[in-house]
Amino acid sequence: MMEITLTHYLVLSTVLFMIGLIGVMRRKNLLMLFFATEILLNSVNIALVAISHFYGDFTGQMFAFFIIAIAASEVAVGLGLLVLWFKRFNTIDLDNMTQMKG
Amino acid sequence: MEMFLYIALFAPLVGSLTAGLFGASKKTLFAGVFASGMLFASFISSLLLLIQVLQGNTYHVEMMTWIATGDFYVPFGFVVNSVTITMMMVVTTVSTVVHVYAIGYMDHDKAFNRFFAYLSAFVFSMMILVMSDNLLGLFIGWEGVGVCSWLLIGFWYHKESATWAANEAFIMNRIADLAMLVGIFTLYWNMGTISYDGIFAQVAIADHDMLVVAAGFLFVGAMGKSAQFPLHTWLADAMEGPTPVSALIHAATMVTAGVYLVVRMNPLYDLVPEVGYIIASLGAFVAMFAASMALVNRDMKRIIAYSTLSQLGYMFVAAGLGAYWVALFHLMAHAFFKALLFLGAGNVMHAMSDELDPFKMGGLQKVMPYTFWMMTLASIALAGLFPFAGFFSKDLILEVAFVEHHYILYTVLLITAGLTAFYSFRLAFLIFLGEERYKLFGFHPHEAYKYMIVAMSPLLILAIIAGFLFKGTYYEMVTGAITGILPSLEYHVHNHTVYWIMTIGTQLFVIAAIVYAYKKYIDAKIDKKVEEGFFYQLLFNQYYIPKIYDEVFSKPYAELSKMCWKLDNAVVDATVDGIAGVFYGTAKKTHTMQDGNLSSMLKWMVAGLVTMLIFAALVVSGDTIYVILQTYVAPVLEAVVGMIKSIGH
Repeated sequence: MMEITLTHYLVLSTVLFMIGLIGVMRRKNLLMLFFATEILLNSVNIALVAISHFYGDFTGQMFAFFIIAIAASEVAVGLGLLVLWFKRFNTIDLDNMTQMKG
Repeated sequence: MEMFLYIALFAPLVGSLTAGLFGASKKTLFAGVFASGMLFASFISSLLLLIQVLQGNTYHVEMMTWIATGDFYVPFGFVVNSVTITMMMVVTTVSTVVHVYAIGYMDHDKAFNRFFAYLSAFVFSMMILVMSDNLLGLFIGWEGVGVCSWLLIGFWYHKESATWAANEAFIMNRIADLAMLVGIFTLYWNMGTISYDGIFAQVAIADHDMLVVAAGFLFVGAMGKSAQFPLHTWLADAMEGPTPVSALIHAATMVTAGVYLVVRMNPLYDLVPEVGYIIASLGAFVAMFAASMALVNRDMKRIIAYSTLSQLGYMFVAAGLGAYWVALFHLMAHAFFKALLFLGAGNVMHAMSDELDPFKMGGLQKVMPYTFWMMTLASIALAGLFPFAGFFSKDLILEVAFVEHHYILYTVLLITAGLTAFYSFRLAFLIFLGEERYKLFGFHPHEAYKYMIVAMSPLLILAIIAGFLFKGTYYEMVTGAITGILPSLEYHVHNHTVYWIMTIGTQLFVIAAIVYAYKKYIDAKIDKKVEEGFFYQLLFNQYYIPKIYDEVFSKPYAELSKMCWKLDNAVVDATVDGIAGVFYGTAKKTHTMQDGNLSSMLKWMVAGLVTMLIFAALVVSGDTIYVILQTYVAPVLEAVVGMIKSIGH
């Protein structure tokens, strides 16, 4: 059986990051946008933890925990706003949110 | 005593700034009263300093360093000596009177406070000009009075003619100021100093030609400020300003700055008698030239303005012939009676709803007795009848010309004295005596406020007594052994018979001119034949000089300006507009990026991120960038250059 090296983790992280980016760009549903953002964050987490393990330095893992905590609070606030938005406009489609025109 | 020097100098500034605080608000009597009070404080301080100077003390203070770079050192230094104290007394006396008078004169003006801010600022600049111990300080004061003059001539800026006159005065003075700067530079270049003391210490050993150049250029500067031919046209037009301004600036103080400069620089001018002779000749010419224009003019203030020009000519004759103390003495006496004459004219203007044509007045003596007496006495002083101030100062100038054997100058000045008497009494008779013609035009004249009359009275007293009372003391002060800095030359006609014939003859001549004016103008008849004559038209149109200036200078300059404007539009503006157009066009095309849609914004964000990642990757290895530039960018650039070249061929 093939040994799982740092490269594998980083490739996984990159693939996840790409998926996240594409989600951010393509998704029109605000909820799906949140999911895409979470994927982005978690891809970074994977990279951080893997590199941290590779170097035997715990700083990266601590960083990952911070990111998880921040992501959780961000989702809590974001979902609250989302619910509020849905109640008011009855839609969470991104194409309808065009008030911030330049 | 130094404290009094600073009070004399800075009290007007305090008054100006305080009045300026109220500048934008509507009339507050406080502004005028406070400014006048500050002027009075300055006057009292000057008086105390005068007493000190009379006792033989002079002052020279350095307030602080102004400019010190390398060998070039200029302090804020101020001098009180016999010459500067004379000017200080003249300036503070006349300006205090004019300030108090203006409280009444500007009573109904909306910009009352602004007026006092400007007027006091003028006095401050004038004090700097007079008291500075170096030419640069004098120049700052010189420009300061120029700016204040501009502000005050154009005080009623809603009038087209006023703004035009203000600009004319300012621009003409600018031309002369350039010459003056060249004069100062010449002195500094050759002597390495611009303080009076430093210059005077070196003039004796300096190159004669250099002194001629410096004295000539400085005199051109003086010509501008003192409105000597050919830079004289601005003074008559400056009468567009309020009358107190005409009295203070355009009669008593600022226009005499040119004479003051020549008097102050007397050690320099003493060494170049050829320049002095040109000054005297020009002065005599202007004296007669201006007086001739005053003969026929039908604008009350312009007549007095021409008279000022004429008297400045007298002063320059004296200064040019080396009789500096005589020039300064006439400057002082003239300031008193001319300011009085202007303020009287102001009263008449007020009474006649700003009417200026004396032919529409007549018989005003009954309604305005005080003004009548004041203007008549001022006219007598101007005409130079015994024992008024003008007799002592003006006849002295005639004597100077005679004693120095300049008989042509003497004759010109003598004739001018007759003309002076004629035009000033023509004016007085037309305004105050004869039929009450104003009734035909529906005017309801009235005498000015009591306190305005009271404010004018010191000038009246001075116009009467300044001659016989002050002459001896003054002479002792400015030329004496202790405080004197002017050459002490007595001008006596040695032959007694000649002296008496001259003096009495002049008096009779002047009286004859007055009688002739009375005969001719008592019934204000207008002789059509004379009016259509060539000489009348020539004089009435001011020798067509304004017209000539307009044709020779103004119009070609306007054409040139138009051409430059078109060139500017085609080149500079087009370039700037082009650059702006590129940015504007880019913005127009790219502003759709910010369409407010979150999704598309996110796409741009990702694009930005990717760009930055690529950039970062490139930076990581400088070689890579070099390689990329070499392989991709350089060929493109070469191709572009090749294309441009081929277009060129």
